[in-house]
Amino acid sequence: MNSAANTVDDAEIAKFEAMAAEWWDPKGKFAPLHMMNPIRLDYITAQIAAEFGRDLRDEKPFYGLRLLDIGCGGGLLSEPMARLGATVVGADAAERNIPVARVHAEQSGLEIDYRHTTAEALAEADEQFDVVLNMEVVEHVADPQAYLTACRQLLKPGGLMICSTINRNPKSFALAIVGAEYVMRWLPKGTHEWHKFITPEELFALIETAGLDPVDRKGFVFNPISWRWSISDRDLSVNYVTASVKR
Amino acid sequence: MDNPAYVPILRGMATDSDILIVGGGLNGPCLALALSQAGLTSTVIDALPVETSDNDRFDGRSYALALASARLLMALGIWEDVKANAQPMLEIKASDGRAGEGPAPFFLHFDHAEIEEGPMGYMLEDRFLRHALLTRMQADPNIIHLPGKRVIAQDTTGPASVTLEDGRTLTARLLIGADGRQSGTGARAGIKRQGWDYGQTALVCSLKHELPHHGIAHQFFMPAGPLAILPLPGNRCSIVWSETHARAAEINALSDEGYLEVLRPRFGDFLGEIALDGDRFTYPLNLTISERFVDDRLALVGDAAHGVHPIAGQGLNLGLRDVGALAEVLTDAKRRGEDIASLLVLERYQRWRRFDTATLAASTDLINRLFSNDNPLLRAGRDLGMGLINAFPAARRSFIREAAGLTGDVPRLLQGKPL
Repeated sequence: MNSAANTVDDAEIAKFEAMAAEWWDPKGKFAPLHMMNPIRLDYITAQIAAEFGRDLRDEKPFYGLRLLDIGCGGGLLSEPMARLGATVVGADAAERNIPVARVHAEQSGLEIDYRHTTAEALAEADEQFDVVLNMEVVEHVADPQAYLTACRQLLKPGGLMICSTINRNPKSFALAIVGAEYVMRWLPKGTHEWHKFITPEELFALIETAGLDPVDRKGFVFNPISWRWSISDRDLSVNYVTASVKR
Repeated sequence: MDNPAYVPILRGMATDSDILIVGGGLNGPCLALALSQAGLTSTVIDALPVETSDNDRFDGRSYALALASARLLMALGIWEDVKANAQPMLEIKASDGRAGEGPAPFFLHFDHAEIEEGPMGYMLEDRFLRHALLTRMQADPNIIHLPGKRVIAQDTTGPASVTLEDGRTLTARLLIGADGRQSGTGARAGIKRQGWDYGQTALVCSLKHELPHHGIAHQFFMPAGPLAILPLPGNRCSIVWSETHARAAEINALSDEGYLEVLRPRFGDFLGEIALDGDRFTYPLNLTISERFVDDRLALVGDAAHGVHPIAGQGLNLGLRDVGALAEVLTDAKRRGEDIASLLVLERYQRWRRFDTATLAASTDLINRLFSNDNPLLRAGRDLGMGLINAFPAARRSFIREAAGLTGDVPRLLQGKPL
């Protein structure tokens, strides 16, 4: 691991390492992520298809695209992207996630290049991608601006970055921390630090300063009555996602 | 073996197809055709040889297809092959009756003119539907049809595989059990079933009658059990007539003329003279539900998941709703790049279908228990209830929509939309 330009907070990595082995258990600690994954994938696939003119009804719609999944964890996004034909590099700063993800990809019959590295290290090595997935990572890094600048460097001209995170307001505090970590016990206590959460306005400012053009934004909304996640055009009050392009 | 599609199996032993479907009845072929639209390949293993399943002779069996089911057949391109032989159900009349006394003064009347979608459903003979499904399957390059083959073993611990009676092994990503209420696929996976017996047997046959039926379906609630009279093309109808097991056995043992003699006072004379058209069938009425509909790399559809009392013709309709829901879940998962055979994906199908199934099973059971009763108090109460429902158009419309399969979380195919 290249430690020269490392904006990942060591304490955060330790927390996730403890959870790594449970990534693929749909009823385990990552159950909420598995529940949310279909709409994350719906958003990601629709944005990539629109940006690169692909048809999701095709057999391998993302064939020929080089994609980086930052904070790949157990491969919950890397595997679907590889199945859709993309050439995938999965990067995670938590070393223990890498063998877990590799073993699972092999079981799934997928070829994915999993690496124990960071966005900054990949940028320094001049790696280039058509798509950078940056999902639920920015709220865990020590220096979001430096991190997003590294993400921009990783994109080819015309490349697409998809970035999701959690808003910072009383509702997100209640739902994401008190609700998900304490009441529902969905996530281990201490998974998130509320003061690190980023509002959409702050995120767009960071993305634009990094040199990317935001092209879309949506909310990921959980309905506790139907027990389902959905994508919202307006409600960005807790979980939200944005797509931006390197012109 | 004269199936031309047989060849690729020998060449590609590793992955014969994406999906293995055990059961070549109605749900299995419909699912294969639906999945083909999404680019998924299927092998359909049918225990019956084609000579048995594709028979032009009318054997007396037919289905009451809810409008939603007809829409699924439209979306799959099957409807155009069968529509000329389908009888629209324009009205449904339900009444309380006792043999020899005729219907009680209050009866329920549902008219399709009250909803904008069109007829509530269609009556379609089994032979036409089966023939259309076989023809479409054989013409589909994404489907391999293996008739006259029995499955003796299966394994879903790795990739899904089944072993046929002739020793051949077929593999796929996902195994589907569409093999009916005695589902061998469910049993081999160790999935238990819960069952309830109604103490009744359904006597099923088709009749020719003197007077036109005007597309009206009738349901007479008798103390022994309901009698459904469903319109077929021409001056013909299909009847489902429920009696206690013992009484049904007695009636079934009678000659055709003796059988008609027992039926006439129940049926009444509103369609004039009646005569048998085709064979007579009996089906013991019971309700069975699998404790789960999915497992790793395995899903059950139709009667394999749930066999319901067919008083409202809901067995096939529920099965086609399973087909629509499973095809939609698998197609969406495939387009997201998910592993279509993972429990994570298959559980979405189970969540979607289980509630619907339990609700219908419970309400069908309740209706049957309430109406198959000669207690004068219950009889007065239900006559009043039927009169009340009749008095309120909104209540009536919601009954019609329910019967047409237009309520709840309707799968895209059952709305007539592509996957």
